[in-house]
Amino acid sequence: MGLALLVVIWLITFVSTYFFIAKTWWLPHGASTSAAFIDGQFTLTFILMGIVFVAAQLALGYLVWKFRDRPEAAPVEYSHGNTRLEVIWTTLTAILFIGLNLMGSRVWANERFAPASPGAVQVEVTGMQFAWYFRYPGPDGKYGPTSAKLMDASAGSEAAIGLDTGDPSAKDDVVAGVMYVPVGRQVDLTLRAVDVIHSFFVPSFRFKQDAVPGLAIHMHFTPTEIGDYEMACAELCGLGHYKMHGMVKVVSQQDFDSWLAAREAEKQ
Amino acid sequence: MATTAPVHVHAAPQGFIRRYVFSLDHKVIGIQYYFLALAAVFVGMFLSLLMRIHLVWPTAQIPLFGEIKPETYLTLLTMHGTIMVFFVLTTAPQSGFGNYFLPIQIGAPDMAFPVLNMLSFWTTFVAFVVMIAAFFVAGGAPLHGWTGYAPLSAVPNSGPGEALGADLWIVSIAIFCIASLMGALNFITTVLDLRAKGMTMMRMPLTVWAWFITAILGLLAFGVLLSAGILLLMDRNLGTSFFVPGGLNFTGQLTVTPGGLSPSTTNFTHHGGSPLLWQHLFWFFGHPEVYIAILPGMGVASQLLSTFSRKPIFGYKAMVYAIMAIGILGFVVWGHHMFMSGMSPYSAFAFSIMTMCIGVPSAIKTFNWLGTLWHGRIRLQTPMLFAIGFVSLFVSGGLSGPFLAQPVLDIPLHDTYFVVGHFHLIMGVAAIFGIFAGTYYWFPKMFGRMMNERLGQIHFLITLLGTYAIFMPMHYLGLAGQTRRYSQFTEVAYQTKLVPLQTFMTYAALITIAAQFLFLINLFWSMRKGAKASDNPWESTTLEWSTATPPPHDNFGGQTPVVSHGPYEYSVPGAPRDFIMQTDPATTATH
Ligand code: HEM
Ligand SMILES: [Cu+2]
Ligand SMILES: [Cu+2]
Repeated sequence: MGLALLVVIWLITFVSTYFFIAKTWWLPHGASTSAAFIDGQFTLTFILMGIVFVAAQLALGYLVWKFRDRPEAAPVEYSHGNTRLEVIWTTLTAILFIGLNLMGSRVWANERFAPASPGAVQVEVTGMQFAWYFRYPGPDGKYGPTSAKLMDASAGSEAAIGLDTGDPSAKDDVVAGVMYVPVGRQVDLTLRAVDVIHSFFVPSFRFKQDAVPGLAIHMHFTPTEIGDYEMACAELCGLGHYKMHGMVKVVSQQDFDSWLAAREAEKQ
Repeated sequence: MATTAPVHVHAAPQGFIRRYVFSLDHKVIGIQYYFLALAAVFVGMFLSLLMRIHLVWPTAQIPLFGEIKPETYLTLLTMHGTIMVFFVLTTAPQSGFGNYFLPIQIGAPDMAFPVLNMLSFWTTFVAFVVMIAAFFVAGGAPLHGWTGYAPLSAVPNSGPGEALGADLWIVSIAIFCIASLMGALNFITTVLDLRAKGMTMMRMPLTVWAWFITAILGLLAFGVLLSAGILLLMDRNLGTSFFVPGGLNFTGQLTVTPGGLSPSTTNFTHHGGSPLLWQHLFWFFGHPEVYIAILPGMGVASQLLSTFSRKPIFGYKAMVYAIMAIGILGFVVWGHHMFMSGMSPYSAFAFSIMTMCIGVPSAIKTFNWLGTLWHGRIRLQTPMLFAIGFVSLFVSGGLSGPFLAQPVLDIPLHDTYFVVGHFHLIMGVAAIFGIFAGTYYWFPKMFGRMMNERLGQIHFLITLLGTYAIFMPMHYLGLAGQTRRYSQFTEVAYQTKLVPLQTFMTYAALITIAAQFLFLINLFWSMRKGAKASDNPWESTTLEWSTATPPPHDNFGGQTPVVSHGPYEYSVPGAPRDFIMQTDPATTATH
């Protein structure tokens, strides 16, 4: 049984580690400014934890085999432990865990403690069972008021988020079912939800934020590559959660401007 | 405090009902808890089987069920999680084994409050019945997940199952909380007051330490969940607004239908509640709860690694301090479940540092387990196999923690399969391995017979390989962005690519689930046909092994044991045998 255990534990260790190292399944290609840092921190954590994982599992498998009970086994070493060893590994673990954590906190601070820059593109994201809507404030830079009473999901877009079209600031608001953003510019998101909690998750941007009813949550990110990026709802929101997905289209500034202008024109 | 407990002359009660149903004997109650958990684990496992089938064959026709709809999937998910966390992981290791063995291991004739003990079991039983009833009411069981985030859980028109089914779910959990509070009080009092002469705190087996600290965690955590549950019930049925803000629109409805228990028939309009408040209350309970599930397993692993290595546990004191540190730190890390929730990003900072700190005592325990094996003489019997499996799983599940604990890395990982992999390995399967280890180890004492070794070994190997095959790939899926709680992966293009791996996991689950019947067969077959067990078949040192098998009604046959040694005196140089029982006279100078 000792050998069987060793083989099984080592096998599990090698197979598990292989797929991480081979990156058979891995984070999708990063396409935002924070992706590089997050991926770097990921790799660092992965290497450190990977070493501990492999070392601990291999040691476990080896020890149970090496010290298995058999007639010719060496006598047991009577010992209640070794305080010096314990102090050493406690200190090392503490430094490792807390150090890692401090290193990772810079990007968190950059992204969340500071407000979006003044030139950022404003987009309001609204989640509802089971769709996403994206609103642009238009030339006036102001979102018009919305109200739950005016919401009519079946009518789509403006009506779905309950835009008060009578209000002057709402006249130029554009509401879309697909999110368009220009490449290389910061996006200043406002996240809202009209019924339950949803979560706006774009794996390629390494971006995720819950949209919570009753709150308007501000968050920002900067896409760096033109392309179509899928987003998926990441918070259980009801029976249609699995199909509450959407598309973020990152386009050139020019394409973005003409897209937005065309939507504005449709409204007139 | 360690005075000799007065020897109650406990006459064993007569009559089937008093002996086996409404018994006051902690041993019977322990077995009742164990079998309740056993029933629950098979229900929970069956639900997971249906889930795994639906995930990869969403249109499959299941005998008697037909096709599983998306909302049915979420119902299975919710009930699977809830039943497993509350009625299995909280029930078997703590209330089951704890009830049976804590009094014996400290040399007490029973729990401090036997009537309260009986009440807490039957209250738990009622909670389980109410939980199962949720399946059968109009609308069915709720779909809001075991975490029950508001407003989904607070608003009956937010989905199917959120009417009466959700109310029953909350009521069941509230009842469960009351039962757990009673149990916790009993455990704490028993440890503090009923220890035999010589059983100082620092001579208690690590299992007792684990049950003791777990009881303290339960006392502090379940009270909060109980309050939160009552508030949620009030939001749903009385129209209060603790968790539901105003201005919502549920697919066209501006008002909220009252819950299934409400005296009101008119709809409610909510104002000013906070969905985040529920998350704070829930996770203030929820994080300690994960340790409630695992600490007893850690205790069992420590006990078994020492016993079967024939070596004292490495660093007994460090182990005790680590359990305490985990207990204390466990109450200040709940925010790590909420990094993406809209909570202040500054507090995320604090929560993540505290979370990394809690990884340290967890790591200490692992090192000490390995240190215990070092230069031992390891007897690889089935209980030990599961204890070794526990260590392996604890390492694997624990090491994904430091990824999730860093807020920046949690951005891509939160609410993906990575988290599902993390907590299944460390909480789900590791704790289950603790239960298996405890079962194979204590079965002889409980039922007077040995379990079958060969069946046990096969069960172990399939279960270890199987659980890794199911839960390790979840980490890969999570990295690739596969979101959790999706009933199928047909809609999001990048996720459909991951279905082959999901299919592999479903096959692994089928095999692993099938292997659990080996355990069931072994359990029931050995109860009647197993080889007769001696009083101390594993040559262990703790008090339960110095009394008869099975123990008499008052545990020690009218005698009060006197303790002269620490719990893990194996291979003491100069001793006549390779173990010194805690009750052996104090001839050799040991700890
Ligand atoms: C090294 C120690 C550990 C660390 C650093 C750690 C960290 C974390 C973090 C940060 C999360 C939240 C992830 C997210 O939702 O995005 C999490 C989730 C979870 N952890 Fe741990 N953890 C550790 C050990 C444990 C242990 C010992 C258990 C249980 C015995 C456990 C059970 C859970 C559960 C059940 C969840 C998910 C609950 C849910 O969302 O449904 N963790 N862990
Ligand atoms: Cu959703
Ligand atoms: Cu936690």
